[in-house]
Amino acid sequence: MQENKKGNRTLTDASRLIIESMARAGADSFIGYPITPANLLYQYGSQRMPLMLAAPDEITTLQWMAGLSATGKVPITATSFPGYALMIESVNMAYMMELPMVIILVQRLGPATGTATCGAQGDLSLLRGNISGGHPLPVIATSSFEDCWTLSAKAVETAIKLRTPVVLLTSKEEVMTSKSFDMASLPEIKKTEQKYYDLDCEGAYKSYKPTDMVPDFLPVTQNKHQVRINASTHNQLGLLQHSTPEAMDNTRRLEEKIKQKAFEYIQYELYEQQDAEKLVVAFGITAAAAKDAVAQLQQDGEKVSLLIPKTLVPVQDVYAEIMDSYNKVVVAEENINNQFSEMIYGIRKPAGHSFVGSLGKMITPQQIIEEVKA
Amino acid sequence: MIKEYLNTDALPYCKGCGHDLIARNTTKALEKLNYDPLDVIMVTDIGCHGIIDKCLNTHTVHGLHGRSSALGAGISLGNENPDKKIIVFIGDGGTTIGLQHIMEASRLNINMTVVVHNNYLYGMTGGQTSGLTPPGFKTTTSYEGNPFTGYDICALSHTAGAAHTSRIMGVGDISDKLKKVLEVKGFSLVEVLEICPSYGVKLNPKRKLSEIVETAGKPLGEWVNDREQFNVHQGSKEKNLLEKVPVIKKVFNSYLKDPMALIVSGSAGEGVQLAAGLISKAAISSGLHVTQKGSYPVTVGVGFSTSEINLSPGKINFHGINVPDVVIITSADGLAHNLKKIEAMKGGKVFMDSSLEVPNTGAEVIRHDFRGLGARNASIFAVFYFALKTGVISTESIFQIIEEEGKGKKLPIAKIKDALSAL
Repeated sequence: MQENKKGNRTLTDASRLIIESMARAGADSFIGYPITPANLLYQYGSQRMPLMLAAPDEITTLQWMAGLSATGKVPITATSFPGYALMIESVNMAYMMELPMVIILVQRLGPATGTATCGAQGDLSLLRGNISGGHPLPVIATSSFEDCWTLSAKAVETAIKLRTPVVLLTSKEEVMTSKSFDMASLPEIKKTEQKYYDLDCEGAYKSYKPTDMVPDFLPVTQNKHQVRINASTHNQLGLLQHSTPEAMDNTRRLEEKIKQKAFEYIQYELYEQQDAEKLVVAFGITAAAAKDAVAQLQQDGEKVSLLIPKTLVPVQDVYAEIMDSYNKVVVAEENINNQFSEMIYGIRKPAGHSFVGSLGKMITPQQIIEEVKA
Repeated sequence: MIKEYLNTDALPYCKGCGHDLIARNTTKALEKLNYDPLDVIMVTDIGCHGIIDKCLNTHTVHGLHGRSSALGAGISLGNENPDKKIIVFIGDGGTTIGLQHIMEASRLNINMTVVVHNNYLYGMTGGQTSGLTPPGFKTTTSYEGNPFTGYDICALSHTAGAAHTSRIMGVGDISDKLKKVLEVKGFSLVEVLEICPSYGVKLNPKRKLSEIVETAGKPLGEWVNDREQFNVHQGSKEKNLLEKVPVIKKVFNSYLKDPMALIVSGSAGEGVQLAAGLISKAAISSGLHVTQKGSYPVTVGVGFSTSEINLSPGKINFHGINVPDVVIITSADGLAHNLKKIEAMKGGKVFMDSSLEVPNTGAEVIRHDFRGLGARNASIFAVFYFALKTGVISTESIFQIIEEEGKGKKLPIAKIKDALSAL
């Protein structure tokens, strides 16, 4: 980063950081269509990505991305729930086909079209279960401007290395707010290269034969080996099967690939205070309020730790382990049903766990403080 | 040397199915065109046509029902080698489901060929009516005959801009007709007419394909648009989005010791967002940390316009504002939008235009004629007034930002300075 000297700050929004980060990490195409509150991302994507195409609708967006991905491109898009809902079958397709791409999901208030210009954190339950079969689709949540830089690149890296669609989960309040920001503080981002199958290998290439869980890639635009890409249940060759053992092994591998390999990319922050028996948990936009709340509580003499989960799916044991080790756990998220806790514990939360929720308003540090002290 | 396109002679179709004929004639046409099988990308989807994949030595991509045209378009958009041939096989059911994808690929004239296997019904799923089923044709969901007219997919695609569309009978050797379609540069669509032997023939006994085609009222033929194929015109691109964001050096000081939550609000078109940006940048140049977000109705040119700003000597995490410390109001729209927040204030300051009614609030209300320099300058002037009266940032710091951003010519700087000196 040569742009600024430390201490010389700019006024910028997080959308800009996300797109620039993804471009540097290896994303090269943006397929866009307008939807609030993701429009800044579309605008920056069109300015920055070597290839930008305006799609006529949400399904076309994902289908074009899948097609681009099959030729070796690394496409991204940005949307919000109403658009994402329409993309889900195609997200499943890309998941089954093992085509890398990133979908930036900017949360807004639902259900349905809800309120386009109001932030929310209501989409986690959907994201945990949006692949038929319950397979995990990687979901990475940003909780600061710094995250918008580092985790956006991580999302691209995860997509490429695991050959999967990845959701970068953010919200209206994050991508449409400008902040004073020292860009010189941003770490370098390395481009992630796709792992190609050796073209000179003799014998038949199998599109879904894994090396360390993930198949080697060949684009459909080369002519040394036959590539078969398939959204239906398939064997290692990529040929449609009903439920043969080889095909079931392949479907199981999709689950295991994400569960095992995504662990290598797991991101969270844990600020442990010695002897603390209380823990505040918050992801995404609410993490900012949680940071302020914990700082205030500690200033007031409370002993309290803070957990900010960032890799939300696949669900990580480490979150339950951390939360289980505290007597009192306050989870704050901007919905009315405590989706993060439900993802980890189901409907029966452990004793001592409580929830600070909100609808149509950001959760304030004061709300968290009151619950911790309660 | 051209390799075989088919890896078997036993194609997986019912006896008499037109899909068999289309598959064999497509590969024959490709052979005539001297394509290597691995220079062909065959995109199929759900439907009997899609089970051809396993018999092909081309690349095969098997997608979602009705979406193969969009998937194939994506491949074409990503392909940089003009010697590749992208072919989409789709049924009349898939065509119905994904009509928009065909329209878009036609409109953009994306280089690909779509072969519509029109046997007048959804075959794989049990013989249901599709959008291309002709009136009177019997299916498992219209035993008395389809009451509706089918889409004319060729006319739709042609009107949308496809380079070449054609409708042909799926009878005999159609390889030369398919060869002509496959040679097109740009978007070509061929609708091949056939009858499903399992459902179409059984439900419509004694009807011949030629008679069905005739009564359907969609003539055979070809239609041409003399257009250039789609090219990705991308124009100039930014190499680094961060470079364009101006660096704001710290050259001023602020006395601010505690965070301050500030709202600037007025009417659309009266410079609210510009004024808020000036405060934010001037605050950065004074060493403060800042967050700023705008809020306005979806019809951005009318009604209120509000900006929420946090100023702080330390790093800001939470940027929401429940009860502000300072509010600057320059119009009735702005007052109405923020009335509850102003009423909730137990301290702090409200700067408001003197034309407005003073609300019930615990804040100190300071009224001034902000609109005196014209409505368009109301918010700008109010921001200077705020700076002068509070000293949180200096008026010099705002003037400097205006100068650095080259906005001086658009603002009545001399008048603002005069008005400030008169205070």
